[in-house]
Amino acid sequence: MKSVQYKYRPEYLTISEPNKYKAENLQSEEMILNLGPQHPSTHGVLRLEVVTDGEIVVDVIPHLGYLHRCFEKHAQSLPFNQTIPYVDRMDYLGAMNSEHAWVMGIEKMLGIDKEIPKRVEYIRVLVAELNRIASHFIAIGTYALDIGAYTPFLWLFRDREHIMRLLEWTTGARMLYNYIWVGGLFYDLPVGFEERCQSLIEYLKPKLVELQQLVIENHIFINRTANVAVLPLPVAINYGCTGPVLRGSGLRWDLRKVDGYSVYPEIDFDIPIGKGEAGKVGDCWDRNNVRVLECFESIRIIEQCLEKLNKEHKRTKEFDPQAVVPKKIRPPKMDFYTRAESTKGELGFFFRTDGRSDVPVRVKARACSFNNLSVLPEIARGGMIADLIAAIGSIDIVMGEVDR
Amino acid sequence: MQLTNRAKKTDKSELSLFERSYLPSLATGLGITIRHFFMKKPTIQYPEQKRYLGPVFRGHHILKRDEEGRERCTACGLCAVACPAEAISMVAQERKKGEEHLYREEKYAAVYEINMLRCIFCGLCEEACPKQAVYLRHDKFVPVFTEREDVIFGKDKLVEDPNNRYRRDAWTKEDAMKLWKND
Repeated sequence: MKSVQYKYRPEYLTISEPNKYKAENLQSEEMILNLGPQHPSTHGVLRLEVVTDGEIVVDVIPHLGYLHRCFEKHAQSLPFNQTIPYVDRMDYLGAMNSEHAWVMGIEKMLGIDKEIPKRVEYIRVLVAELNRIASHFIAIGTYALDIGAYTPFLWLFRDREHIMRLLEWTTGARMLYNYIWVGGLFYDLPVGFEERCQSLIEYLKPKLVELQQLVIENHIFINRTANVAVLPLPVAINYGCTGPVLRGSGLRWDLRKVDGYSVYPEIDFDIPIGKGEAGKVGDCWDRNNVRVLECFESIRIIEQCLEKLNKEHKRTKEFDPQAVVPKKIRPPKMDFYTRAESTKGELGFFFRTDGRSDVPVRVKARACSFNNLSVLPEIARGGMIADLIAAIGSIDIVMGEVDR
Repeated sequence: MQLTNRAKKTDKSELSLFERSYLPSLATGLGITIRHFFMKKPTIQYPEQKRYLGPVFRGHHILKRDEEGRERCTACGLCAVACPAEAISMVAQERKKGEEHLYREEKYAAVYEINMLRCIFCGLCEEACPKQAVYLRHDKFVPVFTEREDVIFGKDKLVEDPNNRYRRDAWTKEDAMKLWKND
């Protein structure tokens, strides 16, 4: 049997699709590559439509919505306190920070934010910073895994497990805590928490230095991430990037300092920024370096909180963590926007209430991962496909928050 | 580039004959591996070995009985209202004569169902209950189900076994505070 020799005939294409395929417009080099939604290095169900020219990324189009869970509609049909478990599920790696943002907004709307006991505020900051370290550990660990290092992933999960167990013991759940309530807390800290937290800090400090040596100063890691996916500061500001992505580009912008909410003004800490020590300012290395340095700052904050909780705001028998919890949460008619520094950047909630019902008329969540993800085509364009993977990991997205 | 002064200078001189046999480096490497056999493991053998999850861990639901073995639940429906996921449903019934040893109050829940696929283990039902009837156990997880019919847990799985009572260090906030004072 004679084999049929197929031959490319441009006139066939022009006959079938005369407007789309002009023979002179056809490019044989470009290829559309679908990355995801089940690709492990996309950090969840993110689908990327990548237009490639050989190994070069010409364009990236993120497709979202695989994890859409109607958070805003849920929040518009439930009382404010019942939405707290759903806020946890937005950014499930830094649930305590999301809760903190949500609860602070409602307290300000009700006008009880000045009546919250100082001990409650310190506990909130303490658990939020513990969760921030855990979230950054996941970010750095999976990032190292993305670009080919397996050991940091396992070591960081081992260290994160200690934080998870501490929070589990305190709050009753591993990741989705429902611990911070409007006007207080679910429980007070258990007896012995201070000692256990202190020993955890003593454990984590050398581990963080070890992490710096293992990942950040690693020669292979630097070669892989320096000068890759450089995000200039004007682009970062234009796209609304916040958190370590913006700070990696060299702007000292942290809502914990800028807004000074909760008890952060009473606590002494620095904001690490990317200085371009390995390559240009705003490359993947800078963003990860900022995360590691932030872990050190979080430990400083935790130490100061523990000192306050041990001395000025000691546990007493009379202390009730639910003393100012309102019986009925019904804010007056208003539009309100609240924001806080989540683990990934500025997490904001917009409320519109009518003053007559317990449920808000409209809730909009300004998710930091969503805005950070929007800058991905800008930084991945023109690089290699392998660098695209490095770029996705370095902006640290959580798809639960992107799709909400 | 030089980021810190922690980097170690490596010795790049010529290897001797003994070193070129790679026996000493082999022994060093195996030594590290063998040392790890005797170190404390970060993992546990889960089904045989279980961790203490804490005094307030939120696991399997339980409908408590009182000291005389009567059911505490009066089917007021506050837990169902407080549930963000709408997982709880119940049917109330009046207590008949001769059932006083079974139910504490005049009204009781004839049907009490929790849909475990909907439940998010937030603990708001426990907080809403005025009769201290529904609790989330700190020592037991909800078991894995493989059939869709197994998902809805009725009273047969939820009500406490009178022969094997569930104990906890502190049942209410006041109890917990007393406990902390004793410590």
